Amino acid sequence: MSSYIAAIDQGTTSSRCIVFDQGGSIVSVAQKEHRQIFPRPGWVEHDAEEIWANVLDVVHGALSKLSITVHELAAIGITNQRETTVLWDAETGKPVHNAIVWQDTRTDALVRELGGEQGQDRFREQCGLPLATYFAGPKARWLLDTVPGVRERAERGEVLFGTMDTWLIWKLTGNHVTDVTNASRTMLMNLRTLDWDADLLREFGIPRAMLPEIRSSAEVYGTARGTLSGLPVASALGDQQAALFGQTCFEPGEGKCTYGTGSFLLLNTGEQPVASRNGLLTTVGYKIGDQPARYALEGAIAVTGSLVQWFRDNVELIASAPEIETLARTVSDNGGCYFVPAFAGLFAPHWRSDARGVIAGLTGYITKGHLARAVLEATAWQTREVVDAMNADSGVELTTLKVDGGMTANNLLMQTLSDVLDAPVVRPIIAETTCLGAAYAAGIAVGFWEGTDKLRDNWHKAAEWLPAMESSIRDKGYRKWRKAVARTMDWIDEDDE
Amino acid sequence: MPGLIQSVERAAAILRLLAGPSRRMGVAELAATLGMPKPTVHGILRTLQHVGFVEQHEPTGKYQLGAALFHIGSSYLDGNELRTRALNWSDSLAGRSRESVRIGTLHEGNVLVVHHVFRPDNSRQALEVGALLPAHASALGKALLAANSYATDELLAGELTGYTAATLTEPAALRADLEATASRGWAADLEELVEGEVSLAAAIRDRSGLVVGAIGISGPVERLCDAERVPLAEQVSYVREAARAISRELGAIPW
Repeated sequence: MSSYIAAIDQGTTSSRCIVFDQGGSIVSVAQKEHRQIFPRPGWVEHDAEEIWANVLDVVHGALSKLSITVHELAAIGITNQRETTVLWDAETGKPVHNAIVWQDTRTDALVRELGGEQGQDRFREQCGLPLATYFAGPKARWLLDTVPGVRERAERGEVLFGTMDTWLIWKLTGNHVTDVTNASRTMLMNLRTLDWDADLLREFGIPRAMLPEIRSSAEVYGTARGTLSGLPVASALGDQQAALFGQTCFEPGEGKCTYGTGSFLLLNTGEQPVASRNGLLTTVGYKIGDQPARYALEGAIAVTGSLVQWFRDNVELIASAPEIETLARTVSDNGGCYFVPAFAGLFAPHWRSDARGVIAGLTGYITKGHLARAVLEATAWQTREVVDAMNADSGVELTTLKVDGGMTANNLLMQTLSDVLDAPVVRPIIAETTCLGAAYAAGIAVGFWEGTDKLRDNWHKAAEWLPAMESSIRDKGYRKWRKAVARTMDWIDEDDE
Repeated sequence: MPGLIQSVERAAAILRLLAGPSRRMGVAELAATLGMPKPTVHGILRTLQHVGFVEQHEPTGKYQLGAALFHIGSSYLDGNELRTRALNWSDSLAGRSRESVRIGTLHEGNVLVVHHVFRPDNSRQALEVGALLPAHASALGKALLAANSYATDELLAGELTGYTAATLTEPAALRADLEATASRGWAADLEELVEGEVSLAAAIRDRSGLVVGAIGISGPVERLCDAERVPLAEQVSYVREAARAISRELGAIPW
C-alpha cells in the first residue's frame, strides 16, 4: 500500500527529502549540505556527483526515519535550485566540469557580447528573460567554450546538458528529460512553443543534440533503478515554481513570495505569458500533463537569507541565523541605517550587474542592533520594490502576500514586511511549500491526489501579520531605501575582476 | 582578600580534579590529594551531587562530573532559534490535530509563547507570540515544570492564582499532577485556565536531555477529550510525536 509521497529538494546549499502523507502533512525529513566551491571571486560551483550521492542519502534517510521502505512511496517528485548547469559524459555519467551555480557571474563578458547593440533585452520576446549571468544558457556556452573537446562531443550527443532536475532524473531513471519550468530558465526555450528555439540555440551556440527533451511538470518520467528500484519519478519543478504550486496559486492573480537564500515573488498570469516593462521575468509557472501551461511573472531578489548568513559567518555578530531577530529586537528601529546587499549586483527590478553593496546612513549612534535591523529590513524593502513592479505590470493591486520559506520563522521580519507593504502577510500551514509543490505535482501525476481542487483544501493559514506602521514613517523609510539603492550603482569598473 | 568562602574554593578544587585525567575519583582519593578531611570532602560532594554538578558512578561508587555542569554556558536556547528549528513539526502538528499549536519556554514563573500556529480552519485568529501563560494552569507550563524542580519550588513559594474551578491552586495537588505528568510524558490542562478549553503538551529536549521548551495544542474540551473528559489518545500521540521530532532536530537521542 503506497501511503506517502516523497519530494527531493535539491537546493543551493543542501539537498533534502521530505515525505508527506495524504493530508499534505510532513511525516519525515532528511537533509544534507554540500560544499560551495569558490574558485575565484564571483565564481560559485557545486560538485554534481557529491549532490547525487547526497540526494540518495537523504531519500534513504527520510525513509529510515519513518521506518518505511521505498514500496510505501507512491512516487517521488523533484524540485531544484534553478539555472545551475552541469554537463556530463553520456557514457560514463561523469560530469565534465563542476556544476556552475546560478549565483556565478563568470559569464558577465559573454552576456554583454551576446547582447550586442540591442543590450540585455535582445531575446526577451522569445524567452521572456533579459540577458544575465543568472540563466543556464550562457553557463552552458561557457562550458562548451572552455572545457577542451566538449563542444565536439556535445554535437555528437556524447556530452549531455542538464539543470539539476535533469541530472537527477538521468541518474535515477536513465532518461534525459527536463520540465517546462526548468527549461524556461535556460534562455533557450521559446515561451510559446515550449520547445527549444532554433534561433536561440544558434545565437547561443548550443548544439541541440546535448539538450534534454522538454516535458510537463507532472508526469511519470521513468522509474528509478538501483536502490530506489521501481519508484516512479513523477514531477520536476524549479524551486520557485514548486513553491507557487505548493501554495496552490492555481488561479491568475494568485502569487507568493519564498524567502530563502534569495527571495522570489511569483504571480500566476494564466495561460498567456505577460511581458514585463518593469524588470520582471516572464516564466512558465507549471504544466500538468497534457493541460495548457500556466505562466508567471517573477521578481527575483538575489540576497535576502544569505545576507543573514553573511552577517553570521563573515561579521560574526550572531551565532545562528535565528539570533538576528533577538539582536534586532534590542533596538526599536534602524537608527537611520540602511543596508543594500547588492553583493553580486542588483536583481529585480533593477538588473544592475555594476552595483555593489552599501551600508548607508552610518553615524556614531549605530549599534550592532541597528545593523541587525537594517539586515532584516533589506529583505522587506527589496520585496516592496518587486511588489510595486508586479502591480504595475499585471495591473492588479496585491491585496495579501502569501509567504513561505525558512525566513518566515522570523516574526520581526514578517511584521516589517507587512508594515512596508501596507498589506497582510500570511504564512500557510506548511512553510516547506517548495517540497510540497513537488510532492503535489508527483501525487497528481500518479493519481495519489485527484486534482488541484483537492489540494486547495489542504491550504490553511498558519499565521498572519497585519500592517501597523504609520504611512508617514513607511514613506520616509522607502525614500531613504531608494536613496541607499541609488548609491550602490556604477561601482564596478572595467578593470575590476 | 576579604570575603572569600573556603568551601566554594574547595568545591572548585574538587571539580578541577574531576575534570583532570583520572575523571573518576573516590572520597578517600580526593581527600588525600587535596589534603582535606574525608567528611568535608564527602559533604561537598553530596552538595555538588544535589545540584547535578557531580554524579556517582554506580558500579564503583566513585564520583565524576555531572551532566548539569556541561549545560552551563551552553544550555540557553534562543527562543527565535527554537521557533525556527520547530517550524516544520509545529505545522505538522496543527495539520494533524486540526487545533492551534503553541511552543513555550519558562519565563519567571510564566510560559512565554515563542511560536504559535493557527488552527487550520482559516478562521480569524491573532498571532499570540510573546504572550505569557500561567505555568501552573497550562499544559505547556506543566510539561516544563515537571522537568524543573527548581522552578516548581519557586512557583510554589508564592500564591497559585485560580482561573476556573478546576485550576490546581493547592501545592500538593499541583505536585501530584506534575509527578503524573513526568511519569506519563505529557501534560494536560483540563479547563484549568479557561472554561471549556483543554490543552495538551509535551516537553522538548536538547542534545543533552535538558528540557528547553514545550509544544502543545489547545482547543474545546469536546474535541480534545472523550465523554469522561479523558484526553483523546490520538491527539496525545500527535503532541508527543511532535515533541520527539523537534527534540531529534535539536540533537536529542531518540527515546
